[in-house]
Amino acid sequence: MLDFLLRPLAAAGRGAVIGLAATGRAWLLIGGTVRALGNARTWGPHLLPQMARIGVASVPIALFIAVFAGVVMALQASYALTGAIPRYFVGTLVGKVMILELGPVLTGLTLAGRVGAKISAELGTMRVTEQIDALETLGYDPLAYLAAPRMLAGTLMFPAVVLLSVAVGVASGWFAAIQLLDMSSHEFAKGLRLFFDTWDVWFAVIKSVSFGAVVTGAGCFFGLHARGGAEGVGAAATRAVVAASMVILVLDAFWAAVLL
Amino acid sequence: MSIHFAGLRKSFGSKKVLRGFTLSVRDGETAAILGPSGSGKSVLLKHVVRLLRPDSGSVEVDGVQVQALDGGGLAVLRRRIGYVFQFAALFDSMTIAENAGMGLRQLPDWTPGQIRDRARECLALVGLHGMEDRYPSELSGGQRKRAGVARAIAASPKYLLYDEPTTGLDPVTTTSIDRLILRMRDELGVTGLVVTHDMTSALRVADRITLLHEGKAAFTGAPGEVRASRDPILRGFVDGDPELYFSTEGA
Repeated sequence: MLDFLLRPLAAAGRGAVIGLAATGRAWLLIGGTVRALGNARTWGPHLLPQMARIGVASVPIALFIAVFAGVVMALQASYALTGAIPRYFVGTLVGKVMILELGPVLTGLTLAGRVGAKISAELGTMRVTEQIDALETLGYDPLAYLAAPRMLAGTLMFPAVVLLSVAVGVASGWFAAIQLLDMSSHEFAKGLRLFFDTWDVWFAVIKSVSFGAVVTGAGCFFGLHARGGAEGVGAAATRAVVAASMVILVLDAFWAAVLL
Repeated sequence: MSIHFAGLRKSFGSKKVLRGFTLSVRDGETAAILGPSGSGKSVLLKHVVRLLRPDSGSVEVDGVQVQALDGGGLAVLRRRIGYVFQFAALFDSMTIAENAGMGLRQLPDWTPGQIRDRARECLALVGLHGMEDRYPSELSGGQRKRAGVARAIAASPKYLLYDEPTTGLDPVTTTSIDRLILRMRDELGVTGLVVTHDMTSALRVADRITLLHEGKAAFTGAPGEVRASRDPILRGFVDGDPELYFSTEGA
């Protein structure tokens, strides 16, 4: 009877210890990477290549998603507003939703898969093949050489990719409005300008900066802590994507509560 | 004495790997630590460059406790030690010349041209002349080990640590790697520490051999003493007799 009661408690205790240990390691990674930013001689040469791999290479998939998000947003806004609200509000909805929500979050979740998994698999493979140990024996700080350029590149490039996605999403919404909804460009633009606030753009930038740090940070964290061969690398990549996606959604709610 | 292990203990969870390992490696010699797979040989080696920290006991290199070093001190220590990994651990996105020069890029006063020249020189020393632009995936197992040695010696270290240098190699390649280890000692004057389960290789390269048994140094002696010894644990390992090796209490 006592055993029946104690077993779940013991399992919960073990889970809490594992969770606390992982949190501690995550903070060590963040602290170590921030400290490593002082070592620009090590991470500096890798920043531009990482910005290209993380940011520029992500543009096609981000824009593909933005195009369809914009079209769907325009069609669904028209459907929802028909007969009740003037049609130019289609432009308002497309603009507001793309800037505030769909642009940053859809791009963030997509890049969590593309960038988070790539970084985690790359660093995880280096970990299980002892390449990271080799780096250390050659006098390198792995956080300065591997984590700092990736996290910095993600933090800088995510906002650029998100703003591009927003622009393309709004443009595709406009195109759908004039081609499929028989709206004029003037109508759509009127709605777009109606409640436009520059702060909305800053809100999207702040969100995407945090998403960039989270996605690349999760990739580095799970990659650097990968264990046990190919299966371990696969598990690390999966964990990085799942954790980054969950944190993006939590942060999305957090920023909405704090900044709006 | 140059590298000194004193009462080193290390556990992973409930598995006690090292249980008070003590050994001194003298300047200029090549010492071999023998033991079966999973006995803690690589764990021992990783303590020397602080890739692992002991639960208790200490490792001293040139009289300095490795676990007490700060970041700067550790970087200086690691520059004096070359580490040859079991599976070479070459950076697979770089050519072997870039691999060989990797440690030098961290050092002040080395220009890119000097690094390139030194990398070529080290690759030639280990018999990889003309292969500088190849990637690790384009090399055989033995060539990868050689490239790993070239990377380890590029910064002219005082010590070379070899983790299972002949594992997975055919007998001919094994002999050539053994000769390379001897050349590193004789031509570069480095102090070597080899961990291996390859008895033939240990007898060929080592000035002294230590047997690791149940986390402790069970026997230390010159190759001739190893051949002549009637120590039951050593005989169990040398003759490949698991009943004798595993049934005997540690010394």
